[in-house]
Amino acid sequence: MFSFCVDPASLGDFAWMACYLTTGKHMAIYTSVFTVLLLLAITAPTALAFGFLGASSARSHFAPLSWFGKAYIAIVRGVPDIAFFLFFVIALDQLFEWIRHEIKCPDWEADIWQGNDFVVCDIAKLPLGNSPQWVHETYGFLLAVLTFAIVFGAFAANVLYGAMRAVPHNQLETAESYGMTRRQVFWRILVPQMWVFALPGLSNLWMVLIKATPLLFLLGVEDIVYWARELGGAKTARFTDYPHGDWRMWYFFGLLVFYLLFTRVSEIVLDKVMQKLTHGQATLGGEAQRKAA
Amino acid sequence: MSCWETIADYGLRSIGIGERVLPREGYTLCQQFTLIGSGMIWNIYFGVLALCSGFFLATAVALGKASKNPVLQKASTWFIFLFRGSPLFIQFFFAYFLFLSLKPLSPIFDPFTSAWLGALIVLFLNTAAYSGEIFYGALQSVPRGDMEAADAYGMSGWSRFKRVTWPTMLRLAWPAYTNEAIFLFHATTLVYFSGFPAWQQRGDALYYASFFADKTFNPFIPYPILAFYFILLTLCIISLFGLINRRLNRHLPQESRAKMKLKLNIIR
Repeated sequence: MFSFCVDPASLGDFAWMACYLTTGKHMAIYTSVFTVLLLLAITAPTALAFGFLGASSARSHFAPLSWFGKAYIAIVRGVPDIAFFLFFVIALDQLFEWIRHEIKCPDWEADIWQGNDFVVCDIAKLPLGNSPQWVHETYGFLLAVLTFAIVFGAFAANVLYGAMRAVPHNQLETAESYGMTRRQVFWRILVPQMWVFALPGLSNLWMVLIKATPLLFLLGVEDIVYWARELGGAKTARFTDYPHGDWRMWYFFGLLVFYLLFTRVSEIVLDKVMQKLTHGQATLGGEAQRKAA
Repeated sequence: MSCWETIADYGLRSIGIGERVLPREGYTLCQQFTLIGSGMIWNIYFGVLALCSGFFLATAVALGKASKNPVLQKASTWFIFLFRGSPLFIQFFFAYFLFLSLKPLSPIFDPFTSAWLGALIVLFLNTAAYSGEIFYGALQSVPRGDMEAADAYGMSGWSRFKRVTWPTMLRLAWPAYTNEAIFLFHATTLVYFSGFPAWQQRGDALYYASFFADKTFNPFIPYPILAFYFILLTLCIISLFGLINRRLNRHLPQESRAKMKLKLNIIR
């Protein structure tokens, strides 16, 4: 990148390092940090939406809907989440391909489960076999985002369900006695008040979400873990201008520091938000603030 | 081949006893149940050992964080922050490559690069940090009156800790600690996906589940089997810890006992 990088072998330690850390491959690892941030930016609101749907359907008076909501909340508690990650990525992919297959090739005779293979007709493949590389990567990333949203949606649903039950019940009864319908009670009384109760759980969830991002690697996305393994491995002078030994330890040390900083900053910001929200609330936290002032 | 033969062949496959070659075709339901179940041996091994050893370090860390000595306090706080603030997945990777680069220095480090020891150490430190934080929280909420009563009886130092502080701390922390135990067992599934090699294809339950999912392109059988095993394991943990909880609370009247309420803690 720098003009003095023409002949790395002749450089001093510091200049060599500066050149080494700005090679094209290293740019890829810096961009993959943005992949992580993008994942967080898309997943957090989507998961919150899924969670809201899950929690409100668990409260529903229509039995099948409420069973569905409760099952969605309960299912993630007994099983390791990475099993869900590995499961949903394949299952969703097959689901999409199967739907496209049913629509696009209605006269396909053969079974789609042929022994140990999953076969759909060529035009139903996702993405199409002849599409460019970036389409494959984007599709993989979107599958990963959807998987994250489903799993974290269940966690968020759990938090929101608890928060909805924490809203004092006599508030709801008062609203009903004023003649509000169930829908009105839900939107005008319950939803605005539940956020204070949900925030500690949701901020915990945000920290967990940050710490779950390296699992993108398992879903086949070229994320920071992938690049740290690639770049850190021992390189000989035959393949690169910057030969070095096995540096994977140092790359992962870097990632460790990155995540520590990220969680620390989030913690500080969320504490600030919580302080703002509890201000003037009739809770223990609000009371403590009032006494301190 | 009948199912009993499959169980005899593959029941202990994950620890190297029985048939060496994994099934190549067919992949019957029985094979999947047996192999995934055999992988559970490793999950239980990691979980039980890390939990038992981590318990002691966790107590030490909690006391360190609550102590007045600034060095001890800073060290414990940093230890907890280091392991709770970063993903377990990255910790596994880092530890593996750290042990790998220590290996040339001395043959002592040879076993550290294999999962049974290296991953166990990471899990041990990790659970010590998480439970240390739980114990610290409980230590802060030990009722003042209990300590005053101990003082009034003339207890101090070690005997006060052993007879009053520590049992009360455990009692208060127990529901949260149960939760920690459950998620520690879940976290053991990460081991074979994070650098540590599965030597001779001896892996844990998730390793075999993903093996079958890769081979059959059908995730709808192996993962539910895995889920079944883990739900069973979770129920066992809950009932075992519930018994201990009963014992810890046995001196209290029924209504003031700590309830076992499960909360979320999930991925680390």
